[in-house]
Amino acid sequence: MTDQKPDVDAHSGVETTGHSWDGIQELNTPLPRWWLFIFFATIVWAVIYMVLMPAIPALPGTGMTNTLGTRGHSDRALVAQEISALNTERAAGAAALVSASLKEIETDLSLQQFALAMGESAFGDNCATCHGAGGRGAKGYPMLADDVWLWDGTLDGIETTLRHGIRHSEDPDTRQSAMPAFGRDGLLQDKEIDDLVQYVLGLSGGSNDAAAISRAAPIFAQQCAICHGAGGAGNREIGAPNLTDQEWLYGGDARDISLTIHNARNSHMPAWQGRLDDATIKALAVYVHSLGGGEK
Amino acid sequence: MTRVTLISSREGKPPQPERPVSLYEKRNQIYPKLAHGKFRMVKWFVMAITLGVYYVIPWIRWPRGAGIPDQAVLADFEGEKFYFFFFEIWPQEIYFLGGLIILAALALFLVTSVLGRVWCGYTCPQTVWTDLYIWVERAFEGDRAARMRLDLGPMTFNKVWRKGGKHAVWLLIAFVTGGAFILYWHDAPTIARTFFIGEAPLTAYFFAGVLTFTTYMLAGTMREQVCTYLCPWPRIQGALTDEHALNVTYRYDRGEPRGALHKDQGFAGRGDCIDCKQCVQVCPMGIDIRDGAQLECIHCALCIDACDDIMRKVERPTGLIAYDTDRAVSLRAAGQTSTYKLLRTRTVLYAALIVIISALMLWGYTSKSIYEFNVLKDRSPPFVRLSDGSVRNGYTLKLVNKSTTAQTVNVSVIGLDGAEFEIIGIGTAPHGGTLTLTPEAHGVDRYRMLVTVPPHEESDDDRLIVQLTDIHSGDTITADAPFTTGER
Repeated sequence: MTDQKPDVDAHSGVETTGHSWDGIQELNTPLPRWWLFIFFATIVWAVIYMVLMPAIPALPGTGMTNTLGTRGHSDRALVAQEISALNTERAAGAAALVSASLKEIETDLSLQQFALAMGESAFGDNCATCHGAGGRGAKGYPMLADDVWLWDGTLDGIETTLRHGIRHSEDPDTRQSAMPAFGRDGLLQDKEIDDLVQYVLGLSGGSNDAAAISRAAPIFAQQCAICHGAGGAGNREIGAPNLTDQEWLYGGDARDISLTIHNARNSHMPAWQGRLDDATIKALAVYVHSLGGGEK
Repeated sequence: MTRVTLISSREGKPPQPERPVSLYEKRNQIYPKLAHGKFRMVKWFVMAITLGVYYVIPWIRWPRGAGIPDQAVLADFEGEKFYFFFFEIWPQEIYFLGGLIILAALALFLVTSVLGRVWCGYTCPQTVWTDLYIWVERAFEGDRAARMRLDLGPMTFNKVWRKGGKHAVWLLIAFVTGGAFILYWHDAPTIARTFFIGEAPLTAYFFAGVLTFTTYMLAGTMREQVCTYLCPWPRIQGALTDEHALNVTYRYDRGEPRGALHKDQGFAGRGDCIDCKQCVQVCPMGIDIRDGAQLECIHCALCIDACDDIMRKVERPTGLIAYDTDRAVSLRAAGQTSTYKLLRTRTVLYAALIVIISALMLWGYTSKSIYEFNVLKDRSPPFVRLSDGSVRNGYTLKLVNKSTTAQTVNVSVIGLDGAEFEIIGIGTAPHGGTLTLTPEAHGVDRYRMLVTVPPHEESDDDRLIVQLTDIHSGDTITADAPFTTGER
């Protein structure tokens, strides 16, 4: 290489790259000094950061997922810390909930406010997925704010349902009952089911097909009355719904009722005991009771 | 009539045409000389009062009951209250603070239109702390001439310890100032202790630091530049002052023509000003009052003291520089008698506004309810139809008891035919019935309320009105919320 002096553009006085395209030369304008300083500073900072913080993925087989960094930072540990801080903060209130009876929680206003706040957030996290915000319910998921209860709407009854669930196979104390799938299992003929639908509709004034109703009366007495009662008023001991009111968990038109008789509907609610602590379950019971459906 | 000249004493020579004009003016260090006289005394006195008020007020105790700091003046952010002796302001009443700020502004306007910039000259924190800092400076470095000599001289041990001592004391004052500031936001004895053992909130250290820094900078090194360049008040004051305002005024009708006094010469045929420049030397703003009213002048009246001293020495009447109005000076210059007019449209207007707003605030404060009451309707579900056909809506009652004692109120529902209601944990009331609540002192209580309207009695005017009746005073307070039936 020959020792060459760099070309300098006569007009601007700036060094050029020495390349020429059709007589056009490119100025070799240096990067601004401030830009370079920031660039070098970020490189230095990156090295410092890699030393201080978890940064580099570790090789497989080393038993580590990444380098740990000298500061011992861990997002997972921070979350655990925040959760334990929260539990510490509400320990006194939670302990009070555990030691008080549900009735005491509801009538002592300071306990009640704590329970409602705790219950509302737990409900939003765990229950609202099915039961809807404020327990508004949906088709197949009971409304919790009205005065119709399949099982038990008292404070203690709600707590039992929360603890053990409904048809939850892993809990021996779960609320258990099963309606047979009359159509699918061949217990009744399609014709008989059609008549039964008219009979059930008629219980709440929804049908005046007298012929079908009289045909179905003996079938109802034989197959259904054992659980739903001779008059169709239901039986809360076994969660058999009242067929004479306007409340239909799975829909109240002929097609919905026909499907129910044909296939049966045995939906589930998980048991929350073991998943939620005692204080949360009691707070939830008081919260659900306060939604409006609570029975005395 | 008016003679308002805005001539800066620091105006330089006209710029050379070939050189670009520089908009930067280098600051000249000002060495105010100590003045003696009645206005200096007044300023010492005002300084003692204002500093005393600032440092002492947070320590005044005022019993307020359990759980609340017993502090007379406290902006309690944690408890969300503002306390001022027997006044207590909740966040929703923050407009009282707005009213106070309006009153303060109007008071400033009134004082300015009557007495000119007395706020700037005597009570502005910038003036008070700068005065204090100059006092410290004087204690270490001596008066004007000594300070100028010291600054010009070489760096000797004498200079180092004097300068060092001055800055140390300045920093100490700045820290005490910043420290006293945080006492207004926390219980003073508690924060004073936790501050030094490292347990105070981060904000306390932050604001103590900021105030320490600004006090040191503003009163120590920036001084008159704050008034001249940073403060908006001199500009606003231009709109507030007029030829009737009492300003620190050089009475040019008496002083001119000025000139040095020679021993054998009397005052016949000349003005009283002997051009001794004492008024300039004592000026903390570094201006010449004889140039007339000017932006930089804070009207501290120290030049009056300096000039009166000289007038007494040359056996002329005092008051060549005095509180006077531009109008009076120009009247005398024209050979007429000077008058002073206190009742002017603006003074009357400001005074009237102050009276009206104070009265409104006082009325508002004394007639405000001890309760704050709201009814919040459940959003989900919006309504519930019960098995007997009746409709139920859920609500949250939010009841704030601002008084310092527990209260008893009866709750009733009006505006819905046949409505029954239940408050969870309290009980159930039939149609037309009441339930009793006992909100705690200083309490913000929430109650869950269910309102049920029987079938066939759904009213067209479906609005729920909940009424509280204080059982002692009989006062009622209502709040309303929609009642939905799903029928529309």
